Amino acid sequence: MGLADDYRSMARIRRFEERLMTLKDEGEVPGSIHLCNGQEAIPVGAARVLRDGDYVSATYRGHGWALARGVDMAALFAEIMGRDSALCGGRAASPYLSDVSRRFVGENSIVGAGVPVAAGAALTARHQGTGDVSVASIGDGAMNQGNVHEALNLAAVLDLPLILVVENNVYSEMSRIDDMVRVKQLAERAAGYGIPGTVVDGNDPDAVAAAVATAVERARAGDGPSIVEAMTERLVGHYSGDAQHYRPAGEIADARTREPLVRIRNAADAALTATLDAIDAEVAAEVEAAVAAARAIAFPDPATVKEHLYA
Amino acid sequence: MPESLRYIQAVNHALAWALDSRDDTVYFGEDVALPGGPFGATKGLHKRFGDRRIFDTPISETGFLGMALGSAMTGLRPIAEIMYADFAFVAMDQIVNQIANTRYSSGGRWTAPLVIRMQQGYSPGACAQHSQSIEAYLAHTPGLRVALPATADDAYQMLRTAVTSDDPVVVAEARMLYPTRGEVRLDAPVEPVGGARVVRPGTDATVVAWSRLVPVAVEAANQLAAEGIEVEVVDLRWLNPLDFDTVAASVGRTGRLVVAHEANLTGGFGAEIAARAADECFADLRAPVRRVAAPDVPMPAAPSLQAAVVPEAAAVVDAVRRTLA
Repeated sequence: MGLADDYRSMARIRRFEERLMTLKDEGEVPGSIHLCNGQEAIPVGAARVLRDGDYVSATYRGHGWALARGVDMAALFAEIMGRDSALCGGRAASPYLSDVSRRFVGENSIVGAGVPVAAGAALTARHQGTGDVSVASIGDGAMNQGNVHEALNLAAVLDLPLILVVENNVYSEMSRIDDMVRVKQLAERAAGYGIPGTVVDGNDPDAVAAAVATAVERARAGDGPSIVEAMTERLVGHYSGDAQHYRPAGEIADARTREPLVRIRNAADAALTATLDAIDAEVAAEVEAAVAAARAIAFPDPATVKEHLYA
Repeated sequence: MPESLRYIQAVNHALAWALDSRDDTVYFGEDVALPGGPFGATKGLHKRFGDRRIFDTPISETGFLGMALGSAMTGLRPIAEIMYADFAFVAMDQIVNQIANTRYSSGGRWTAPLVIRMQQGYSPGACAQHSQSIEAYLAHTPGLRVALPATADDAYQMLRTAVTSDDPVVVAEARMLYPTRGEVRLDAPVEPVGGARVVRPGTDATVVAWSRLVPVAVEAANQLAAEGIEVEVVDLRWLNPLDFDTVAASVGRTGRLVVAHEANLTGGFGAEIAARAADECFADLRAPVRRVAAPDVPMPAAPSLQAAVVPEAAAVVDAVRRTLA
């Protein structure tokens, strides 16, 4: 994988989410959405070292993980637009969507709650002896939830093939994470579970891929879980309507100078720049085609509202 | 051949049956493997099935119920044990937000074929945190099946039904009934989910009960029979799916309805039965529906105080008499 491939994967996520915001402004996306602008290198780097059989769980800020794992872009648009998508038929939308066909166990809109569930997918892999692993992404704030603590200790004592990727974007929703914990790095907590914990540059797909690869290797070998803390910055609000008045002046502008797409752009020579320009055009076309395909999908039939509750 | 077993032994037989039937069935919870469970429900199972199939977890109900869900979504058929129903409250997020929503919120693409085994109710000296009857909290949530076996045979049959179901099922057993003995049909075919049962026919009033209040209601019916009052006792068995047809048919025969449970009165599942009776049985009812329940106080620990709140046969007898007054 080279810079151009990484750029394409990350640009697909960025443009997808930017288009979601315009669709929201145009009234085509109901409800709040939580964007991962600036954090794209984490799912893209991690996905590079995973195989099809592996399970991935994410949070309500999980569109990037879905796309990085190959979930169909048009289906994602349709689900988030409240349409009868092939993902969840419009019953989940932006914060709770999943894709059984891609083993994308799904997002979760209860902070941290997906980690015990991800441990369950890891239990299945262990029971079946497949060597598959389960990757759970959470934010920094979720490290203060009891469910994450319980799941990490459980996975440690059962040697489950679980990789916890903590996307530390500085903010625990709308409060600074360093006001909410007394450790410098959240990965320090790994020692409390007797498992490895590493801190990586979350704006660098190579660094993320390397750290996740080490954790995956350990998990596949039956040696248990790991924590990878990926340091990054959120370029947008906690949710689509967040005015972010709590962020210091200039913080977002500074972050924009080191976010992963800009980083590749800044390092590119003329030839790569031309390639990236071409990729941008292709991604823009892909996004528009996906929106058109999503718009062609009907809204769910109200007559089906009680379906799929029981077997 | 039916075998005479205690309720808790019937649970043990059902779990052995489940683990023996399918390799993808796993069992976990606190102290369930080497210790065999605090009440002996899993006695001998670890020796027979080994670590891969049955194992102990840390004291982490949220963690292991979430693990039950994730493993059920991805191909296993886990049975997770909550030692006391009261402990489910620390894991209500996994039960209500996660497990119950899985099938519906994915449009049926994910399923959660798992069982949560727990036991509930008061026992002498057990405090407010080891005595609650939590079925109404569970039955309120769409997506969960809720089973409350009242006999040794149902402890066996309903647990086998639960582990065979493709939906999440909470089986809430009655700790006070664990020593009770009954004929258990070990070779019976697995029953479908649901179904109430008339356990004692009668013509003058219907008492709907479940769990520990079923034998209590039968005892009350026997006392009233001595006075010539014939009470029909319905064991509701499952709160979800709810077999209200059996209740309505009974009320159609008797014209009078008492609902009896050990849980607190307000918002108890008896209120749901009473409301449905008002909706669907109004023309048949010849008296107001009466509820028998614990009053709205936490369960005290001292037996003298417990006796003042736990519904027994006298409370059911009194309620039936009031419907006949």
